[in-house]
Amino acid sequence: MAGSDAAMTMPGAALPSGADPAARYRRREQALMLLLASPAFLIILGLLLVPLGWLVWQSFQADGFTLQHYRRILAEPVYWNTFATTFRISGIVTLAALLLGYPLAYAAASAPPRRALVILALVIVPFWTSVLVRAYAWLILLQRSGLINSLLEGLGLSEQPLALVHNELGTIIATLHILLPFMVLPLYATMQKIPGDLLQAGASLGGRPLHVFWRVFLPLSLPGVLAGLTLVFVLCLGFYITPELMGGGRTIMVSMLVSRNVELYSQWGAASAVSVVLLLCVGLIFLAVGRLVPIERIVGTQ
Amino acid sequence: MSEPHGIAVAIRRAEKRYGSFRALDAVSLAVAPGEFVSLLGPSGSGKTTLLGILGGFVQPSGGQVLFGERDVTYTPPHLRDIGIVFQNYALFPHMSVGENVAFPLRARRMAKGLWPGRVRAALEMVELGGFEERRISQLSGGQRQRVALARAIVFEPRLILMDEPLSALDKQLRETMQIELRALHRKLGSTVIYVTHDQREALTMSDRVAILKDGRLVQVDAPERLHDHPADAFVAGFIGEATLVPVERAGERQVRLGTAVLATSRAVPAGGPLFLTVQTEKLLIAGPSAAAEGQNRLTGRVAEVVYQGESLRVFLILADGTALSLRQPSHHAARGLIPPVGESLTVTLHPEDTIVVPERAAAP
Repeated sequence: MAGSDAAMTMPGAALPSGADPAARYRRREQALMLLLASPAFLIILGLLLVPLGWLVWQSFQADGFTLQHYRRILAEPVYWNTFATTFRISGIVTLAALLLGYPLAYAAASAPPRRALVILALVIVPFWTSVLVRAYAWLILLQRSGLINSLLEGLGLSEQPLALVHNELGTIIATLHILLPFMVLPLYATMQKIPGDLLQAGASLGGRPLHVFWRVFLPLSLPGVLAGLTLVFVLCLGFYITPELMGGGRTIMVSMLVSRNVELYSQWGAASAVSVVLLLCVGLIFLAVGRLVPIERIVGTQ
Repeated sequence: MSEPHGIAVAIRRAEKRYGSFRALDAVSLAVAPGEFVSLLGPSGSGKTTLLGILGGFVQPSGGQVLFGERDVTYTPPHLRDIGIVFQNYALFPHMSVGENVAFPLRARRMAKGLWPGRVRAALEMVELGGFEERRISQLSGGQRQRVALARAIVFEPRLILMDEPLSALDKQLRETMQIELRALHRKLGSTVIYVTHDQREALTMSDRVAILKDGRLVQVDAPERLHDHPADAFVAGFIGEATLVPVERAGERQVRLGTAVLATSRAVPAGGPLFLTVQTEKLLIAGPSAAAEGQNRLTGRVAEVVYQGESLRVFLILADGTALSLRQPSHHAARGLIPPVGESLTVTLHPEDTIVVPERAAAP
């Protein structure tokens, strides 16, 4: 015992690894962690990685290995147009969500706790109802003889019913409604952590309210803005039911391309290839965001 | 300093009610230009509320606040022109040290060309010259404290408020900073109002200390006056290291403690319960032959002796059961005077140090 103690205190002493109790303890710890994580790991493997691998593999198949599905995506304008439409709609929805969500989150973050709860509940409760129900609700509100159009005509603000639905506008309105919580919640979480002291300090040092907002609050809320933008944009890229119902068959998004390839043409390979391209886009977005903003560093949350 | 840079501050019957709770109750305080005044009190005494009213973050329910001739009671914070140092520094984490210090200049739309000089001067004032480019996360607690200070003085405010600015620092650093803050105050000449719950800090730094209790101002006085002439039992117990012993009035300048009658050089208040305030440093061990004339003598049994580094604290129980304690320096000569535990010990208390206070002072 005394011998091994002496050996341990000697720097660089070559010990058989099994004899080092610290290393043995570490290994045991690691094995235990692995064991505890294994159910989750198995679920991810079985339900995510395997199907994904299969999807990728299938995108290169048509009676043997082929690049034809990808070639077609590159060659045919309908694919380009669909991707462009999808990105445009996602961009508009994301920006609109930011414009609507930021003041909402700000109100919740600066309100006393009980009022904040009410504001957040108003955002979250619709979140619990089915996407389908909300899409139909919007259909009823926005259709030619719907509530909005009747109201506008009744007030004499428009003579002809406006085309609010079965087009891109309808898709954007309904999608925005569904995705708004994904903007508000990360914004609220970030804003809530901004110490009130900083705003008081800003004011006491002579900053007008707008100056303090611009120089202190806004920069400190940027991580939440970025999180919200990324979440909403990425979720919107893959949206399916809402554009299908609200777009009236004219506004085609990528997800609809996938479903049409499968349902109408039974083109599993083509559908897979479109999915893989979309997945790559999402991956690149996350990579770019992560690369662009090492969030902790910028905010210096320490 | 013939004409101090600081501004006079007058608080007139300031009140703050939250529902039926009075956080601040008719507090009046006048601070002279260039004066360093501490607001001292236990937590919940209203000192932070009072600071909030001065800073403009708390709307008073009544009363008035004046800076010089100007009534600022309802002026928003950013128009008050005061430098505030917050308890947890409140530095902007997304800005460098230089940007933090330049914030008040930018907010005041000062010409950009003037910033670097002012920022450098302020940072040098707190001994952080050359730290402009550092990030806040790279600084130690003491350095952050200094940056907060530099940011509060860079625009040469005539009033600086400090809210327990040293409470997050360790003891050694805190004591160094106390001395530095005092020197800085002298250099700047600004009026300083300083909130703390640490009585030693308040006594060390202030020209005057305002003691608050339950939203009321109990006593406003210079440190030595507070220590030697406490207004009531609360102040006497809060300042220093005192034991309060109930006594009875035995004459114009005499009180009775048990069977002993003690002489005091000050008039004993008539009516109401009285307390003898015995500060640990005022009890002296009577030498074997020292029959010092005119001194009060108390004899008791040594109950315990606690070694505390630079001094020892001796706990003494008098014949009638009254417990007192005294402090004896831990050097050899002084230690030799302390008898072993259980033995009898006679101590003297000079009539000048025999402080008798009423339970509650008449409202100031």
